[in-house]
Amino acid sequence: MKKLNGIKLKHRKNTENSSTVDFPVPSKVTIPMSMTMGAPCQPLVKVGDTVAVGQMIGDTDAAFSAPVHSGVSGKVTAISDYRNAMGIVCKMIEIETDGLQTVSDEVKPPVVTDKESFVKAVRQSGACGLGGAGFPTHIKLNPKADIDTLIINAAECEPYITADYREMIENPQDIINGINMVKSQLGIKSAKLAIEANKPEAIRNFTAMAENDDTIDIITLPSAYPQGAEKVIIYNSTGRIVNEGSLPADAGVIVMNVSTVAFLYRYMQTGMPLVTRRLTIDGNAVGEPKNVRTVIGTSFKELLEFCKADIPSIKKLIAGGPMMGMSVPDINMPVVKTSNALLAFNHYDERKTSNCIRCGRCVRVCPLGLMPADIDRAYKIRNIEELKQLKVMLCMNCGSCTYVCPANRKLAETNQLAKALIPRK
Amino acid sequence: MDKLIVSPSPHDENYTKTTNIMLNVIIALLPAWGAAVYFFGLRVIPLTAVCIGSCIFFEYVCRTMMKRSNTIGDLSAVVTGLILAMNLPSTLPYWMAVIGSFVAIVIVKQLFGGLGQNFANPAITARIVLMISFPAAMTKWVEPFTHTDLDAISSATPLPLAGTDNAVSYLDLFLGKTGGCLGETCALALLIGGLYLAARKIISLAAPLSFIGSLFILSWISSSDPVYQILAGGVFLGAFFMATDYATTPITTKGKIVFGLGCGIITFIIRRFGSYPEGVSFSILLMNVLTPYIEQLTRTKVLGAKEAEKNEG
Repeated sequence: MKKLNGIKLKHRKNTENSSTVDFPVPSKVTIPMSMTMGAPCQPLVKVGDTVAVGQMIGDTDAAFSAPVHSGVSGKVTAISDYRNAMGIVCKMIEIETDGLQTVSDEVKPPVVTDKESFVKAVRQSGACGLGGAGFPTHIKLNPKADIDTLIINAAECEPYITADYREMIENPQDIINGINMVKSQLGIKSAKLAIEANKPEAIRNFTAMAENDDTIDIITLPSAYPQGAEKVIIYNSTGRIVNEGSLPADAGVIVMNVSTVAFLYRYMQTGMPLVTRRLTIDGNAVGEPKNVRTVIGTSFKELLEFCKADIPSIKKLIAGGPMMGMSVPDINMPVVKTSNALLAFNHYDERKTSNCIRCGRCVRVCPLGLMPADIDRAYKIRNIEELKQLKVMLCMNCGSCTYVCPANRKLAETNQLAKALIPRK
Repeated sequence: MDKLIVSPSPHDENYTKTTNIMLNVIIALLPAWGAAVYFFGLRVIPLTAVCIGSCIFFEYVCRTMMKRSNTIGDLSAVVTGLILAMNLPSTLPYWMAVIGSFVAIVIVKQLFGGLGQNFANPAITARIVLMISFPAAMTKWVEPFTHTDLDAISSATPLPLAGTDNAVSYLDLFLGKTGGCLGETCALALLIGGLYLAARKIISLAAPLSFIGSLFILSWISSSDPVYQILAGGVFLGAFFMATDYATTPITTKGKIVFGLGCGIITFIIRRFGSYPEGVSFSILLMNVLTPYIEQLTRTKVLGAKEAEKNEG
């Protein structure tokens, strides 16, 4: 099988041996109503209401979304408009904590009898893909096509981030139990746990754990970014191709993030919805890089202070990895469901963009075989037909082309702008 | 932290820049250039300096007149000047070299938009313009090691001698001890430079191999001496340093192979049937012109892409 292209990045997994530390409950949290893909939720509470840990505070009738819960007990002090890093405006609930962490009555293990009640329970948990994209999990677990393989994405291919790795080291049994639970609830025959080669300890542990189970394969992915991209991981672990315009389910697979599957297992046992998460805090402005578990809604600034970051020196703050993460415009923005890392840097790339020299590096590295240099040219003259033929819509914005460009052209960005030119059918 | 910098991903920085690439090309050309000084004497040095200096001058003046950013820092003008010098006989008057630089930088490169936008290889085009304009001066080759004489002994290039009693030995051809343009004779040094660039992943060997390979096979089939044909003339200089030029050759590996094949075939045809003894420059220029079409036909296959719909709407 021909390998897909990829690039060698410096892994910089400085925190791979840092056990997760719990961040103390902050005095105030701010929880946005849009943290996953899909429709924003509407607040279920009013200013002045008291809330408890695990209580649902936002929900929507839209199918493609996931409800929002509080991770703290305390009092709602404000509901305001909030613009997230994607530019989407939604409501944001501010809660002043009382420090008691009283658990809500709503928190009890869900009753699951069949697939329908399972999917409903998954929705109630507020789960979404914890790897960064934030696809609502209950949608993913209710596919319209027949699924024969569950792929667990444990590539964590971005530099710095070790949040999923720590899950694998600290809670391996939750992961295996979660895989078996999803398999049996959805009637999926086999699962593949795909781990990038730069995590040998995790590969060893899981290989030993799954030794007597022929329904779980442990796959070692090559150490070339972006192994964790959905189409890449599907191809590299099953050889299947997700065709243009179809979903992974059409190729008979579901891809789930490794931390998500472990969370789901714990939710089914305890009924505690998605209100905390682990994130890696690193970057050269951070004095003590750490893996921190904190309630959703904690401000980035408090976490950076907790990790001894030199806050005045920070020039660039990234939520997520350095390849696909989002620039954070405001240090007081909160941790959301998809925050797998927070990286603070005291410098940024100030190089100017120069002419394309047509060296072809972008074409060589594109995992999907796109031609970013040609797309760049077609975009410049707004040639929509050409852009269609160049299949720009398939770009998943992994950033490899921009990364390798010697002329510092923002090719990945251009691809996204080019997509917007193509009329949707 | 008065303000945070916001920019689209990726945020990770990579340190290969255009300037590094150009610098590596210069390094790769140095062995062949050194061989030229050794064989053809010290006049190679001022001639090269004139080429490089005038290329930088024209680049600077052009960019300034067109009110565009100054690009002499990217070293591409230095590369053009150096490759141009390699394509000239060591006896060429300096003012002709300046005309060559003018053609390369002003006409071929800057008038089409500068680095990466030119449709033809600047040095090759300049060589052809000079060859047509000053045929006598452009073919006044020097016998190696005769440079101490004031009137250097002019000699023919080894190509017309192929198959005659005066044919140059393979070893002399490989080492460059023969007449020719100053940078094209030493196949060994050009090979070292080409392999260096390939090892640094700056060039792909697809075009050089298909160029040299197709010329070898065609010469062999037509019972001319294939080893002689690839070692003599400008094949190695053209294959490793000009058929690999980023701007004027196809991007994909498939395209590069087609490009190299075309160069090999055209070189063979010109040498065999044409009135010029040497066809490398013309073959590369002709293939440069075809590059956009080759590129159209050799695009990469996108994973999972559907065939383009023929009848839309």
